[in-house]
Amino acid sequence: MSLAHESIASLRRRLASKEIHSRDIVRDLLQQIDAREKTIHAYTHLDREAALAAADKANSSLPLGGIPIAIKDNLNVLGDPCTCASKILEGYKAPYDATAIARLRQAGAVLLGRTNMDEFAMGSSTENSALGITRNPWDSSRIPGGSSGGSAAAVGGRIALAALGSDTGGSIRQPAALCGCVGLKPTYGRISRYGLVAFASSLDQIGPLTRTVEDSAILLSALAGHDPHDNTTDLRKPETFLTEKSGSVKGLRVGIPKEYFIPGMDAETEAAVRQSADWFKKNGATLVDVSLPHTPSAIAVYYILATAEASANLARFDGVRYGRRAADPRDVLDLYHRTRSEGFGPEVKRRIILGTFVLSAGYTDAYYRKAQKVRGMIRQDFEKAFASCDLLLTPTSPEPAFKLGERTQDPLKMYLADVFTISVNLAGNPAISLPCGFTKSNLPIGLQLIGPRFGEEKILQAAHAYEQGHDWHQRLPPA
Amino acid sequence: MSSSSKWEAVIGLEVHVQVRTRTKMFCGCVNQYGDPQNTHLCPVCLGLPGSLPVPNEEAIRKTILTGLMLGCQIAPVARFDRKNYFYPDMPKNYQISQYDDPLCAGGGVTLDPFLFPKEIQESDEAKAGRKIRLVRIHLEEDVAKSFHFEDRSGIDFNRAGTPLMEIVSEADLRSPGEAFSFLGSLRQILLAGNVSDADMEKGQMRCDVNVSVRPVGQKEYGTKVELKNLNSISGVRRALTYEIARQIAACEKGEAIAHETRRWDDEAGATFTMRTKEKAHDYRYFPEPDLLPVRTDQGLADSARKLVPELPSELQTRLARDFGVTPYQASVLTSDRILCGYYEKAAAGTPNKALVANWILNDFLSTQPDPSTTPVRPEFFGELADLVAGGAINSAQAKKVFTELMASPTSPREIVKKLGLEQISDSSALSAYCDEAIAANPRSVEDYKAGKMNAINALKGFVMKKSQGKANPAQVDEILRSKLSA
Repeated sequence: MSLAHESIASLRRRLASKEIHSRDIVRDLLQQIDAREKTIHAYTHLDREAALAAADKANSSLPLGGIPIAIKDNLNVLGDPCTCASKILEGYKAPYDATAIARLRQAGAVLLGRTNMDEFAMGSSTENSALGITRNPWDSSRIPGGSSGGSAAAVGGRIALAALGSDTGGSIRQPAALCGCVGLKPTYGRISRYGLVAFASSLDQIGPLTRTVEDSAILLSALAGHDPHDNTTDLRKPETFLTEKSGSVKGLRVGIPKEYFIPGMDAETEAAVRQSADWFKKNGATLVDVSLPHTPSAIAVYYILATAEASANLARFDGVRYGRRAADPRDVLDLYHRTRSEGFGPEVKRRIILGTFVLSAGYTDAYYRKAQKVRGMIRQDFEKAFASCDLLLTPTSPEPAFKLGERTQDPLKMYLADVFTISVNLAGNPAISLPCGFTKSNLPIGLQLIGPRFGEEKILQAAHAYEQGHDWHQRLPPA
Repeated sequence: MSSSSKWEAVIGLEVHVQVRTRTKMFCGCVNQYGDPQNTHLCPVCLGLPGSLPVPNEEAIRKTILTGLMLGCQIAPVARFDRKNYFYPDMPKNYQISQYDDPLCAGGGVTLDPFLFPKEIQESDEAKAGRKIRLVRIHLEEDVAKSFHFEDRSGIDFNRAGTPLMEIVSEADLRSPGEAFSFLGSLRQILLAGNVSDADMEKGQMRCDVNVSVRPVGQKEYGTKVELKNLNSISGVRRALTYEIARQIAACEKGEAIAHETRRWDDEAGATFTMRTKEKAHDYRYFPEPDLLPVRTDQGLADSARKLVPELPSELQTRLARDFGVTPYQASVLTSDRILCGYYEKAAAGTPNKALVANWILNDFLSTQPDPSTTPVRPEFFGELADLVAGGAINSAQAKKVFTELMASPTSPREIVKKLGLEQISDSSALSAYCDEAIAANPRSVEDYKAGKMNAINALKGFVMKKSQGKANPAQVDEILRSKLSA
């Protein structure tokens, strides 16, 4: 069997025993890529020789020694392009490593290629990429989800063992659900954002997309911890996750928030998630009905706060210092206008305009400040819910992968794809999405487990126990 | 009544002060000027994608210190905000500043009479010692510096992201002289706290002025004009003098004052329209999500409190009380802390502290010394003062000693010996000189006795000549008068 089908945990053992070498893994992955990448188009940039050379130098005694990891194209990797799937960053080469990248390097990982995404992580289908669409490995007529669609499609399509993504409103979990892999959004402040090109600074978190829950824990252990370059990282000591696997959910109080089972959601998705809840119950957990009453406001709050922050975060792309610059500008204003008009895609423009509007004099109170207040209430909803349960169980996405092009003309409908993931970013909690079934047409369905802040260990233990009782994660996408 | 006395100016200042710190406000780059362009840069101060700010505690502490020195309330929790506008010298196209929750609020600057322009230090407005209230002090990042060439511009990012304090006054100032003293008094406090060198000519202190005029007695403010390009404290005064006269003249002609920003042209001695304010800037402030709120109440404010120095006003009071110097001398010493330290050492071992002040502030200062490196030890001035006060040398001799002291610094007692200047105060010796003088100048004696009191000067001159200038003049005067009246 190709090494491309194995988990990090298993490959680590085989590397450590010198049974295999890192180069073998990279070579097998490149073979898979040759076979499948033409269809999937998960990568925006892939330097085969560099990956093989790094594999040759890998130190297998390190925690991720010799393990290839794909990187979402919004993380700075020294010397690499960092396009954010935008024309505006054409020609930009990162002059520094993101902290997450530096930590992967320290742990011995081999960096394998950059993955496609919605431009500046704005979108839920990866159709907003200026570098071409990515196709779902389970059905190439469908979207992989987004914005970390390239990372999810690569891992789900077995052309990457694992990948880093970023999650602002569901951008790791939703594509992970749609591509049949495990996606973890850690607690806000768990992993340094230094070097992650910001979309919405108060919501963004880096996280892993993996085949298994254990792999997710391995990557989280390597990435987590305070960073002096990121003022918002938590000061607690580094942790290693899932060192002991309980394998049991006995006594676990699993909250089922009623707001996450909504009319109009896909019936097969709802059935699969309810079955997962039953599995927890059968295995000794207690199901608790809880309510997160402010959930219906989450999308509105998110699209005010995230766009407000984005309007400032994306102001720096002006053609003055790096990236694309409009040709022959008349003056500096012309340079700004044309660089940004030519460089940004429609969804990014839409969000910059929206964010500028909600911060404008006369509108801040009605929009930005009000949204901040409601965000506080959403956070309190979660705190109250966790008083009566250990974790929350919900669907990740209201439906499986939809068809390419189906929603591109209807941004509001597109925004609904994140209806179950957005609140978690607003509250700052950790959440994991893992496969919990397939539709009749063989599309993956994702289950979301949400933990209390800094409760990653809890959700990883529960997710791992669930995974052990099922074989969804072992299913292979059609060749 | 002159026309200008019917009008009153209303002035408010926004003063930007570069905070002297080891590193920049949000990154580890060195905060230093004068180095080759674009040498102190990193992803953070260049605003590269993905970079994040980390606040500089030293800058926050120095801002709190400034607030404490100016009597501000220190916010227990302060916040940073983003101020959004596009400009090529601002790499992120937003500036990290403070809006709703600045570090310091309230407080004030008391106008030092001696920091008014020289020629009006005796005026009532100078002597009033008014306190100008402050609105707030906040901390932000400075922008880069643009250079404009014929067909393109260059940007030096060394200054980008260095800490900058903004001190905003209430519209309490009423004259160019007050604005002048405000800036001088503020600068003195900033220097005392070692917060900044605050030199306007080096751009370490920058000042925007808001000024309007209104008829005396009117409560409402007139239309305010903002003045820019003010590069020295005296430039601020000149610009205000011009602008106030311009506004009064316009008002008297019944013209409306435009709400605008005007640029001061120091060479032309006039202000010119830069831009009208009809399109008010919308900075779209919002809380900086990359930075946690700053807790000052968990040790930071206390650590700043420990740095509060003796304030200029306290030093002036102490100098007048303990050293007997004049208010003017106290003010000169306060404005030069190094000289003041030198003086305090000089005056430490002598009761003649005021005399030492005279020597140091008149004679010594006129040689343009560097008190921190001069080989003239401060104790020498104490010794010199003691020699004069004790009558060992007279003031003319003292001048000679001073000249010698500057030429080859050594103990004034040694100099007196070396130059053979010891004053003769022995009354029997002086008596003999006086007898000789009386004998040799019968004409003068006659004149004196006839009531021409000035005639005694010829006799004194004779004694001084005979004694080679060493005779104690006061004693000689006394002896001659008693002999002549006998």
